[in-house]
Amino acid sequence: MSAATLSRFESALNELDATVSYVDGDGFRDHLEGVVQPHAVGVALEETFDDPALSLTETSVEVDPAPATLRTAKTGVTGASLGIADYGSLVLTVTDRASELVSLFVERHVVVVRAEDVEADMESAVDAFGAEFRETGGSAVIATGPSSTADMGALVKGAHGPREVHVVVLTEGESAEGE
Amino acid sequence: MSKADDLRRLMRTEGAAVAENTRAFNEGRYRSVADLENYEELKDEARAIKEDAIARLPELVDQLREAVEANGGTVYVADDAADANEYVRSVVADRGAERAVKSKSMTTEELDLNDALEADGVDVVETDLGEWVLQLAEEAPSHIVAPAIHKSREAIAELFEARFDPEEPLETAEDLTYFAREKLGEQITDAEVGITGANFLTADTGTMALVTSEGNARKTVAATDTQITVAGVEKVIPTVEDLRPFIELIGRSGTGQDITSYVSLLTPPVDTPVVDFGDETTPLSEFDADRAFHLVLVDNGRLEMREDDQLRETLYCIRCSACSNSCANFQSVGGHAFGGETYSGGIATGWEAGIEGLDTAAEFNDLCTGCTRCVNACPVKIDIPWINAVVRDRVNRGEDSELDWLVDGLTPDEEEGGAPLQKRFFGNFETVAKLGSLTAPVSSRLADTEASRWLMEKALGIDPRRDLPEFERETLVKWFEKRGGEAASERRAAGGRAARESGARNRNSERRVVLYPDLYTNHVQVERGKAAVRALESLGVNVVVPSVASSGRAPFSQGMVATAADHAERVTETLAPYVEDGRDVVVVEPSDHAMFAREYERLVDAEGFASLSERSYEVLEYVYGLLENGADPDSLSAGGGEKIAYHSHCQQRTLGLETYTVAVLERLGYDVVTSEVECCGMAGSFGYKSDYYELSMDVGDRLRDQLEADGVRDRRVVASGTSCLEQIDSLVARKPQHPVELLVE
Repeated sequence: MSAATLSRFESALNELDATVSYVDGDGFRDHLEGVVQPHAVGVALEETFDDPALSLTETSVEVDPAPATLRTAKTGVTGASLGIADYGSLVLTVTDRASELVSLFVERHVVVVRAEDVEADMESAVDAFGAEFRETGGSAVIATGPSSTADMGALVKGAHGPREVHVVVLTEGESAEGE
Repeated sequence: MSKADDLRRLMRTEGAAVAENTRAFNEGRYRSVADLENYEELKDEARAIKEDAIARLPELVDQLREAVEANGGTVYVADDAADANEYVRSVVADRGAERAVKSKSMTTEELDLNDALEADGVDVVETDLGEWVLQLAEEAPSHIVAPAIHKSREAIAELFEARFDPEEPLETAEDLTYFAREKLGEQITDAEVGITGANFLTADTGTMALVTSEGNARKTVAATDTQITVAGVEKVIPTVEDLRPFIELIGRSGTGQDITSYVSLLTPPVDTPVVDFGDETTPLSEFDADRAFHLVLVDNGRLEMREDDQLRETLYCIRCSACSNSCANFQSVGGHAFGGETYSGGIATGWEAGIEGLDTAAEFNDLCTGCTRCVNACPVKIDIPWINAVVRDRVNRGEDSELDWLVDGLTPDEEEGGAPLQKRFFGNFETVAKLGSLTAPVSSRLADTEASRWLMEKALGIDPRRDLPEFERETLVKWFEKRGGEAASERRAAGGRAARESGARNRNSERRVVLYPDLYTNHVQVERGKAAVRALESLGVNVVVPSVASSGRAPFSQGMVATAADHAERVTETLAPYVEDGRDVVVVEPSDHAMFAREYERLVDAEGFASLSERSYEVLEYVYGLLENGADPDSLSAGGGEKIAYHSHCQQRTLGLETYTVAVLERLGYDVVTSEVECCGMAGSFGYKSDYYELSMDVGDRLRDQLEADGVRDRRVVASGTSCLEQIDSLVARKPQHPVELLVE
């Protein structure tokens, strides 16, 4: 991932009306508080990223909530395994931690992705999960911007899925730029 | 009700919403694919993957079955709709389900699956908002991607008011969407079974791709414990990596989105926990992912289509809707007219012929005029007009007309089974034109008598509101002979060359052409033929205008493929010696040039096609080439900054040739604006037919609006196609001309 790739990723997201912010590992928890809206629920990120600094404990985000809590939550926080710069897409995993539910049954989806996982284009992203699928039989959702529909006479953001998407890009060491 | 009445009613009730939405999708497509650097390569790749997959389909189905079973799912290959419905009913019954939620699936529409389940007392809920609207309204989809495209916001608001009597009035699209989301949300979390379609299935992993934007397909799978996926057997592709070109093309080609909000790549049964949404204490991850998965692969005629050399291509279709949105007729009437039992738009002819049969395809197939505007739009490069021509041919052969004696003298065609009278009349237009010229001007006066217009309307379905072509007594071929044939042309061309031999670096000095006397240029619009000869000679080109058969465009349009092939062979044979002698073939009428450049590939042998198509040029394309190679533009009339409006021809645009006319006119000093409609609406004989006259004028209205817009309405109008010129003549007061006429004014 180059600076140019990240900048393409950000402008693609902005065109989708998704917002983007950058933070390094150390500042993550404070940063997160600024981008979630209550009540926030989430999937433990350390499992996606294998990094204890990214734990959601000691944040306002309720990890692994009960289903009834999820239904009334405003924000859902999950990790993405990949980003796709050309499209502003995020590759969401579908696991037994219920990330599919947490990213879908909320109004605001906050997605965390590591800068190094932002692929330049669709081809490299598909190559990455193709190999993985054959190995693990896994599933993924390429999510691009908020859910939307044009079925009601005009384009509306927020159909069955989230109305808002915010992407937190995790940089290593120095962060690119603030929100 | 007659066909004309049906079309009139649909244009009145649904036309406005359909036109607005399809045109927005179509404009979005142009914008979105323009951003894609490797658009053509991706289409080639997508095409190759589909060709390979359909060729190896039985093997891939076996591989897919193994993969799905290894993942813990079940695969059922259903022979037909009844078989598929029976299987789904048994799965739903075994689960003891009271409710099944569905995401959008055209294949289940094809099966009438909802009716089958509802007969068992199952509550079936469509969760795609468009499908839900139609379920409430008890209507059928009018578009394969946006099923409720024919319904306006106001109509949906009325429907919701009547049905639910909401506390707050629902007005905006947002009001309606959020209301629907609430209603459906409750039903989704409460359902046991989730039914989806699939856009693609990968044989290597058993992964299904679902291309959606609302998120309802994700919820349909995530919130239920039994997933049933129903897909046509042709949806299988070899590997996950093969998804890539389709992911990049499908949204762009259809609704003009670079990518839809969600491309779900699910390898079911998925690991998402099956939760009780009312549970207030148990953490999500503590619920088991105890899920069943059934993949129902539907044959229902597809495997026979695979054996059919002409219909096979239909199976490459990825249901993106580009052929609907780019179609001028579809933009006016939508899928309730331009569609069969399930599918709509140009490719529907292939689907409905293969799945339902020729009778269903015959009901709407004539709405494809063969304009070819869908050809470049199709992401898997299906020759959709060819499929329509073939099916029309089969339909023609399936029925006999009792009035054939009326046109028998006019119809030296090759049609054994007998096309309907009207099609034989238009298909044999060459004979009509020859007789017309022989007897002109008597023929024109006779044709205009009330008695003959009455007979034409009754027997041939020719609309009395159209002006008939007036045949010239002296054809272009005869004119060219009388003025001295090739010898005279060489003298004039040599004069043109000598006039500027001095300073010019003219690389055209030995150019010689055969100007193809297409039917209209030869018999009706002879002046534009003369202009073409003069323009070429002014640029130093030696011209001959021999007598050649008509191209076969007319019979081809009527689905008289054997007759068209006979014409094509005769034309190729007649022109071959000229081509071998080093002459280029120049064509004035774009639809005939397109026959040589495109359709002949299927009508004559490969060698004949290659040599003719490589050497054939549309006349302004040829002039452009001459100018680029050093011919002197001052030999032609100058534009002097005159403002003109140019309407290119649909088939000319598909071949990428519009740009040459514009470039030549600009080089001569004209200020050119171009129309931006897919078709003028006339489309050869289409607009002459009583059934289609009003539709043709509705399509034409969009061109009229552009020609009458501010800054355009005072411009002289030029157009390349004969039928476009006829149509424009009836749309605006200004008399349109062929661009080649401007070159020698």
